[in-house]
Amino acid sequence: MAAILRKELYDCFNSVRFFVLFLLVLVASGFGIYAAHQGIRAALAESGAVTEGGFVFLVLFTSSFHDYSILTLAICIIVPITGIVLGFDAINSERTGGTLSRLLAQPVYRDSVINGKFLAGIVALTIMVGTTLLLVAGYGLRMIGVPPTAEEIIRLFIYGVVTVVYGAFWMALAMLFSVIFRRAAGSMLVPLVIFLVVYFFWVFLGLGEDVAKAIAPITSGTDVATQLQQAGLQQNILRLSPSYLFQEAYIALLIPMWKGLGAILYSDLAYMLPNPISLGQSLLTIWPHLASLVSLSVICFGISYVTFMRQEIRAT
Amino acid sequence: MSEKLAIETRDLTKTYDGVTVVDCLNLHVRENEVFGLLGPNGAGKTTTILMLLGLTEPASGMARVYDFNPIKEPLKVKRIVGYLPEAVGFYDNLTARENLKFIAELNNIDPAEAAQRIDETLEMVGLTDERDMVTNKFSRGMKQRLGIADVLIKKPKLVILDEPTSGLDPAGINQLLDIIANMPTMGTTVLLSSHQLYQVQRVCHSVGILSKGKMVIEGPIAELGREALSGGRYTIEVETAEPNAELVDILKKMEGVDKVEASGNILRVSTGSDLRSEIARAVVNSNASLIQIKVHEFSLDDIYMQYFKEE
Repeated sequence: MAAILRKELYDCFNSVRFFVLFLLVLVASGFGIYAAHQGIRAALAESGAVTEGGFVFLVLFTSSFHDYSILTLAICIIVPITGIVLGFDAINSERTGGTLSRLLAQPVYRDSVINGKFLAGIVALTIMVGTTLLLVAGYGLRMIGVPPTAEEIIRLFIYGVVTVVYGAFWMALAMLFSVIFRRAAGSMLVPLVIFLVVYFFWVFLGLGEDVAKAIAPITSGTDVATQLQQAGLQQNILRLSPSYLFQEAYIALLIPMWKGLGAILYSDLAYMLPNPISLGQSLLTIWPHLASLVSLSVICFGISYVTFMRQEIRAT
Repeated sequence: MSEKLAIETRDLTKTYDGVTVVDCLNLHVRENEVFGLLGPNGAGKTTTILMLLGLTEPASGMARVYDFNPIKEPLKVKRIVGYLPEAVGFYDNLTARENLKFIAELNNIDPAEAAQRIDETLEMVGLTDERDMVTNKFSRGMKQRLGIADVLIKKPKLVILDEPTSGLDPAGINQLLDIIANMPTMGTTVLLSSHQLYQVQRVCHSVGILSKGKMVIEGPIAELGREALSGGRYTIEVETAEPNAELVDILKKMEGVDKVEASGNILRVSTGSDLRSEIARAVVNSNASLIQIKVHEFSLDDIYMQYFKEE
């Protein structure tokens, strides 16, 4: 499998595709830094980081510009697209190119082919996400002159891991379609459409919220317990989208002040302390999210694995 | 050529969605011979090959490649078998040498050894000058030759070639056939699938003819002819001025004649040896006016057509 992994990585780093994606990453990080440059003062004042929380460095990654947090938004879009681009023709290009039967006639297990490709994709994703985070962190450090605390470094690292897992989910999905469809056009289009629906419509345009409100309406006049229950249901409906899960996870990681993964009563609000929650608590909050994202990737990969193992090899 | 079998199958059967593609196939390929697997398109040649490599599972029956069972020990089979698929492809972004290097790595060949073998095999197939060229610039013939190099890189005991000459020009075909004919001298057995009869006849020691998944005939080419043409190695065509029933009887009684078929003025006589002069004499003696006499030695074509006529 090492040979396949090596070859896939070689292909990956020599392809025009990867070069274009890398340019995209550079543009996104550059723009993110610019946004931070423009908005960090306002963001710091608003978040109270300077006076209370002390998470100055993390604000670099979340400070907004024209009402959008550019960097996180870019990552929400670029990472899934990178995943799809890395996986959509993994198997069917080998099939149409006539290399699959030649490859499988070599003394390698059939699963090493798909495992090698998946692993190579994860390595590529890790490199891209790592580069983006390091670029912003490095330039940001120069810009604001406030070094990150140990906790901030850990939070950023976990954020990187979650992002790679999220990208791996999209790659596994695209690979699944590359096993099912014989044409690369189909296996690229279907995951892209899924991405449009679960991110752009469901999360970004707020379709998910409307659907959730229609299914579980919160009517005034009912008792508090029912209202809370409905609110919980609404949130769970929203969480059907992996993009929403990812969004919740990164907010919990990067904005320690934020403590609202769920409905909070006005009466309780008075008791809330205006302090950031600890790293352990943030991790506990996003643990189910991480588990769901990992299991989604595993399910997609599992289905493509089984399908590929049973598939006929002949080119026709 | 030895008596040890390189490939043996017993009642090998494969069905796709209820359609039997390979039907109780019994195949025997001896070590160090070139065996031609013949048959029209869709006869089940490729499916048989895939089963021999363990790339597809048979519905029933047994296959053995050297001492291994391809279903249970596919890796052991793949380690000693080189397979050139019909529409072979290479990684377009890699050079010829890099493509071969990748295959060598998959076969766990030591890098230094691999580099040497790559140069040797590329020279053998005449691609030394193009070795650092990216393969998407390769022509069909060059790809096919690179495919041969790719198969030979692991020094296989058995080579399976699926339609190796399809899409090649005559010069390319000749070059390829020469390489194939040379393989047994290097200790490599060859299984060649094709529907190009002339080519098979040129390089194969034995052939098997497949039709609708069944082996209709199998054996050394020389023996097959006798069997297929009901004993006659020669067909002598006699054309007379007018039909002559008497002459047919005379010829049938002649020694060495196996069969006489009459169609109008033309008589087709199957014989074991070249009896042209005797037949000519008999025709003249019977007062028939002889127009022409032609001899036709059997070829694989005739065997092949014989079997497909009977379908």
